[in-house]
Amino acid sequence: MDQLQFLTWVRGPGLNLALLVFVLGVLWRLIEIYGLGRKTDLSAPRHVPGASGWATIARRSLPAPGLLKSSPVTYIGGYIFHVGLAVVVFLFAPHVALVDALVGVTWPALPSQVIDFATVVTMVAMVAVLVDRHVKWAKRFLSTFGDWFAWLLTFLPLLTGWLAVQHLLLPYTLMLALHILSVELLLVCLPFTKLFHAFTSFGSRWFNGTMNGHKGVPV
Amino acid sequence: MTNAYDMGRRQSATVGDSLERQGITRRAFLQYCASIASLMALPAGAAEQLATALAKARRPSVIWLSFQECTGCTESLARAHNPSLESLIFDLISLDYHHTLQAASGEAAEAARDAAMKENAGKYLVVVDGSVPLGNPGYSTIAGIANIDVLRETARDAAAILAVGTCAAYGGLPAAQPNPTGAVAISTLIKDKPIVNIPGCPPIPNVMTGVIAHYLAFGALPELDGLGRPRAFYGETIHDRCYRRPFYDQGKFAETFDDEGARQGWCLFKLGCKGPVAYNACATAKWNGGVSFPIQSGHGCIGCSEPNFWDAGSLYSALSMPASPVTLGAAAAAAGAAAGVAVTFFNRRKKAAAKAGHETTTLDDLEK
Repeated sequence: MDQLQFLTWVRGPGLNLALLVFVLGVLWRLIEIYGLGRKTDLSAPRHVPGASGWATIARRSLPAPGLLKSSPVTYIGGYIFHVGLAVVVFLFAPHVALVDALVGVTWPALPSQVIDFATVVTMVAMVAVLVDRHVKWAKRFLSTFGDWFAWLLTFLPLLTGWLAVQHLLLPYTLMLALHILSVELLLVCLPFTKLFHAFTSFGSRWFNGTMNGHKGVPV
Repeated sequence: MTNAYDMGRRQSATVGDSLERQGITRRAFLQYCASIASLMALPAGAAEQLATALAKARRPSVIWLSFQECTGCTESLARAHNPSLESLIFDLISLDYHHTLQAASGEAAEAARDAAMKENAGKYLVVVDGSVPLGNPGYSTIAGIANIDVLRETARDAAAILAVGTCAAYGGLPAAQPNPTGAVAISTLIKDKPIVNIPGCPPIPNVMTGVIAHYLAFGALPELDGLGRPRAFYGETIHDRCYRRPFYDQGKFAETFDDEGARQGWCLFKLGCKGPVAYNACATAKWNGGVSFPIQSGHGCIGCSEPNFWDAGSLYSALSMPASPVTLGAAAAAAGAAAGVAVTFFNRRKKAAAKAGHETTTLDDLEK
């Protein structure tokens, strides 16, 4: 298989396969998680300001008092790379064009230079949180293979995409194929790793907030 | 047995003699050599060397075997529009056996093959077009002899074999699913002789003559790629050398065969052009004496020089497009939902069973 055949495969059957596993996995896991259900709380609800599902979603998107000072890399690095990732994935013109070609939905994109800058900043932030995870003994102690693997799955598409656009290291055809392959790997693994928080984090926050709100506890 | 034909052949033993006898000018010969040299990406001075070497070369005996084929490869070679160029093939070689082109028929034809094999043992070239049926020897025979037997017998004392056309090189149309005759490529059957695959349906005339010219001039077969094709002609894809490539890079595609994009000559990728995966010289050597090639005529490349191209999906589906993302997505969603619901039922049953099996502990139990 040469470079072009490789690219053709990842753009065609490879992408089909990855999307298939992704859609199947996401629906499976969402239905499984929400299908578990909760016991009905028979106690009378207590109404306390700020104790609700929506309030918890908002509150937990911000650092808890004092934690920003004690773990600045986790918070600042985390914000930067999450926002950066969203910008790069959803506002890069070729990505918008791909979605348009696939499902016919389109939206405005950002200039390539802005995306280029965002990619570099995002990668730097990701490296910073990785180093922090390794250096802080408590974080390292709590880290499992899944954590390191999820980092790699997220980082590879950024790196290969940036190298492809910059025409660095490998021929463009091969680098582009590797970029698409890395995205496919991400799509396949996302439903079955901690990356699934992309679909569950707000739901679980809402659940926690609602349950505790019923008891009158703003969490 | 000596006849007038043999006499004539011996008298013009070298290519140069033969050309002179036929009244072909040195200018025409040099033009031919220059075109072959440029096609094979040889250095600028190579045309002269090629001409010198070719003129001195002895005309090799060539036995052309036609098996399960359509004669398109011969047509491609013989009906080339520029007789001063492609017809030289018949002056470069001594074509001693060829169904379509030889005057002799019946036993005389087979006798010509025997004679050529005996006289030139170890030195003659075998050109094969068409695939060989293994399902039943009776599917394809010549003078009552099964193709596989003719091939083995003729290949035994050959210097090299040129598998011309996609059928001989990779099985081609006869080998397309469900392959009713059990057709196979020449390289599947012959393992002990050098084989050059010159695929295409049909191959470009210049490429066929070019390989022979290379063999005569340099005394060796050209460098081959992983699929047994000469790198000089099959080293790059049609896409890489296509004059419509800039439109691909700009994302300008014809969506139908008669839209504005098609009229503007934009890239035919979305209409199923297989140029990106087809290794051949069509975009540079072109057809009909360099006039045009399929993409220039407004139709995408069908990838006819690639193995199994008949079975590689529709000729009109774009290469990169996911086969059917919406249908596939719906199927995946349905499968995912079904799996989720099934697991939910299983989980709930487990929970209910745990609840039913729960034993309460009373004060009496503790005081026992």
